[in-house]
Amino acid sequence: MITRGRAFRCRRAGWLLAVVSLTVGLRPFSALAEVDPAVLQAEARRIEVIRSASRCAVAIFAGESGGGSGVLVSPDGYALTNFHVVQPAGPTMRCGLDDGRLYDAVLVGLDPTGDVALIRLLGRDDFPFATPADSDLVQPGDFCFAAGNPFLLATDLKPSISAGIVSGVHRYQFPAGTILEYADCLQVDAAINPGNSGGGLFDAAGRLIGVNGRASFEKRGRVNVGVGYAISANQLRNFLGMLRGGRLVDHATLGATVSSSVDGRVLVSDILESSDAWRRGLRYDDEIVALAGRPVRTVNAFKNVLGTLPAGWKVPVAYRRDGRRHEAIVRLAAVHSAADLAALVAREMESRPGFVNFQFNTVERDRVARSIAASRPAAATGPWELAGTLAAGGRFRMQLADEEAVIDLPTGTTRIDPLGDLAADAGPPGSGGLLAALAIWRRVVQSGPAALAGTTYWGTAPRNPRDLVDAAAVELVDVLEVAVAGVTAHVAVAADGTVTHVDFWMDAEGEPCEVSFGPPDADDPRGLPTRIDVARGGEPFGTFLVEPAEETP
Amino acid sequence: MTANRLLENNASGNDSGLGGGKSLVARAAAAQCSSSVCRPPRPRCLKFLTSCLALVVVWGATVLAAGSPQETISAAARKVVKLYGAGGVRGLESYQSGILVSPDGGILTVMSTVLDSDEIDCVLDDGSRHRATLKGVDPRRELALLSIDATDLPAFALEIGGPAAVGTRVIALSNLFGVAVGDERVSAQRGVISAIVPLEARRGVAEAPFSGDVYVLDCTTSNPGSPGGALVDSEGRLLGMLGKELRSTASGIWLNYALPAAELERGYRDILAGTTAPPADRTGRFDPRRCGLILVPDLLDRTPPFVEGVAPDSAADRAGLQPDDLVIAVGARAVSSRAAVERELGGLASGDPVKLSVVRDGRIVDVDLGPRPPDAKTVEGP
Repeated sequence: MITRGRAFRCRRAGWLLAVVSLTVGLRPFSALAEVDPAVLQAEARRIEVIRSASRCAVAIFAGESGGGSGVLVSPDGYALTNFHVVQPAGPTMRCGLDDGRLYDAVLVGLDPTGDVALIRLLGRDDFPFATPADSDLVQPGDFCFAAGNPFLLATDLKPSISAGIVSGVHRYQFPAGTILEYADCLQVDAAINPGNSGGGLFDAAGRLIGVNGRASFEKRGRVNVGVGYAISANQLRNFLGMLRGGRLVDHATLGATVSSSVDGRVLVSDILESSDAWRRGLRYDDEIVALAGRPVRTVNAFKNVLGTLPAGWKVPVAYRRDGRRHEAIVRLAAVHSAADLAALVAREMESRPGFVNFQFNTVERDRVARSIAASRPAAATGPWELAGTLAAGGRFRMQLADEEAVIDLPTGTTRIDPLGDLAADAGPPGSGGLLAALAIWRRVVQSGPAALAGTTYWGTAPRNPRDLVDAAAVELVDVLEVAVAGVTAHVAVAADGTVTHVDFWMDAEGEPCEVSFGPPDADDPRGLPTRIDVARGGEPFGTFLVEPAEETP
Repeated sequence: MTANRLLENNASGNDSGLGGGKSLVARAAAAQCSSSVCRPPRPRCLKFLTSCLALVVVWGATVLAAGSPQETISAAARKVVKLYGAGGVRGLESYQSGILVSPDGGILTVMSTVLDSDEIDCVLDDGSRHRATLKGVDPRRELALLSIDATDLPAFALEIGGPAAVGTRVIALSNLFGVAVGDERVSAQRGVISAIVPLEARRGVAEAPFSGDVYVLDCTTSNPGSPGGALVDSEGRLLGMLGKELRSTASGIWLNYALPAAELERGYRDILAGTTAPPADRTGRFDPRRCGLILVPDLLDRTPPFVEGVAPDSAADRAGLQPDDLVIAVGARAVSSRAAVERELGGLASGDPVKLSVVRDGRIVDVDLGPRPPDAKTVEGP
């Protein structure tokens, strides 16, 4: 009726009516006659993008107890899913792919707090896999789609696709009655239903921006109401190294709690004096302005950033006190104890505390060992002698051999037995165990970690924590954990097989000796670095400028 | 105006994707085209040229992409606010959405129990928090006008709402589920107007007082916190306001709908002018606030009618009512819930004496509020 009324009045506008009818008449007609090639092209592209994402989608079947979805992230069969999907399945499960075939899969690593699990599909080394995107660049309004197994419909193993837009970013979802915390997640209006859990969320180019895992449900029961949440690809990237190492991964705490002040600033309301944050200078009432390179303007933003970081990472913390901005690199502590975390995992499936599947740790550790061996020059065997000047003045000399390790400094000489009790001498004084750290460095490079009892794969960490300000610039390096005779060392190994850092702890509570190695000296046949920086407790201990070896030892 | 709408509806039928739509150039041209209808007659050839020019511009502009959905959402979300007030009991959330309708802090939202509080907090897109005051309500459209103390805010222009038809692509922006905390932006959902039909809905057993045309949406907007949110077109122009959580009278399903912008504009004008119509009186209730008597928020099935506050210099104030008094009778009739008080007052005729019995410190006190006011056009806020 309304339309007729309008048309009637139009008629009185005489001339305009003709124009209007012309438009009304012509446009749909021309649209039928030929579709803009750009539209057809866009459609073809979308079909192709969805087809290629479908190939990476995993349908997980956990027997009687349910199942869900997953997404392949490497050609050798590693796939991400949710902790709550694999929890009822246990250490092994059956997975279906878009090719219509079923594969056996094993559980590799678990992040129960972040609701993430890494599984590995067996039987192929050419699985299709999804490429991750920088999820910090995702913004509300972006097209996205989910590929998964809602309501376990995929009896033909082919995924269901649901499309939508990104509704919100950087959402924080409280652990509702569980420990599953969704920090910094993506909110989408694409249909996320039970069974979609663990499946991939893709952008318009088919890149992986997240893993779907949760949705807001209310009065209609457990069906989609246009409010789903996905764990961000950047959070997944931070944890992937640890998960590949077969670990039971924990999330991080700063050791300090924050609350917002009346004027909206984020202030430290409580802080543990045993925390690294305290040791690095953070105090009550300091205003946190940035964490891990991301600005913090609300308590929520603080929790969001923290929720995406693994325990044990070093991250920059910027804070303001009395109008002055300070920055410190703080090592994050674990939220749970290893025992609590293990208790959270319903089934007993690991033989070692802190691991879900130790088999995978050996795989990763040996991979790193091979990479070290491949990059090691032949001349790097035998005892190492390094000499040169200290940046602060004076000369130094180090001798690192199997029988003895010696360091001569202007302040005195320190010797240790590298095969003996490393916890006995923290020399040189004030370094926190530099000589022991160097001895471990030599042994990891020379004999490979497999020869060093107690060496495990720890995971990945940023090579330089300050790079966290730019997600695209972060270089993650492999980290080996050496635990012998009561001491612990984290040895960071770059992709080219060179050791970049050694952090050495004499005891669990103390400050580590932090050694970072410069690039290998091109003139040194042993490939030893030109520069070694040593720090302890955030303060530099010394910078060693190494002179090239005069002759091949 | 009518010709303009037809043109635009036709054009929007050809939009492809969320990014489809017309640029501001097209808007301006279309507006010009329509205004020429209202002007005195001009020479034919000039009219012809103007029309042709407008047509060319409209055609050309449809080919050009409008703002991206990201830009549209970003611009429109600045005019949507998050509101926090009374509630928190199961099934009654303490939060909802609202839209800025004037740069000096005028906010239009749905009338609900969330506003049944002296402390309504409003959080803007930049995360700043403001105390909002209730300026007035439109009981028939179930709209409420709030105000915050601020200036130079981005606001929706109610009088230039976008054209809406069945098939128009829309974006809904709201504080759904309260997930956007602090300075987080409200949530965006995309959808299509599926139908434009009269609202036949109910909440519990009470029928919705508004029965005019609403936009029925194909996306799930009937979520906690969504009511009061904005429905915009692909260019970010306001099409309507997300309605309350209501079920269809016919089928019982939850309705995803929005009140059209034209109704919002009328409601806004009526509230400002104090000319709002009383609700089509299906409930027979009378709001005791009109006598200056503020009862506790009606959050339960049988909320005990405790006095929350008394408006200064009101009939209730003069009668000596005090906060925490419990109303036990209206006239000679016992009441045990807030709803019963409103029903009993509604049963009185305008000018009838309003006599209440209240329990204060364990004793029954009778008070006389004088004659009951007539069925006034507006309800003043507490």
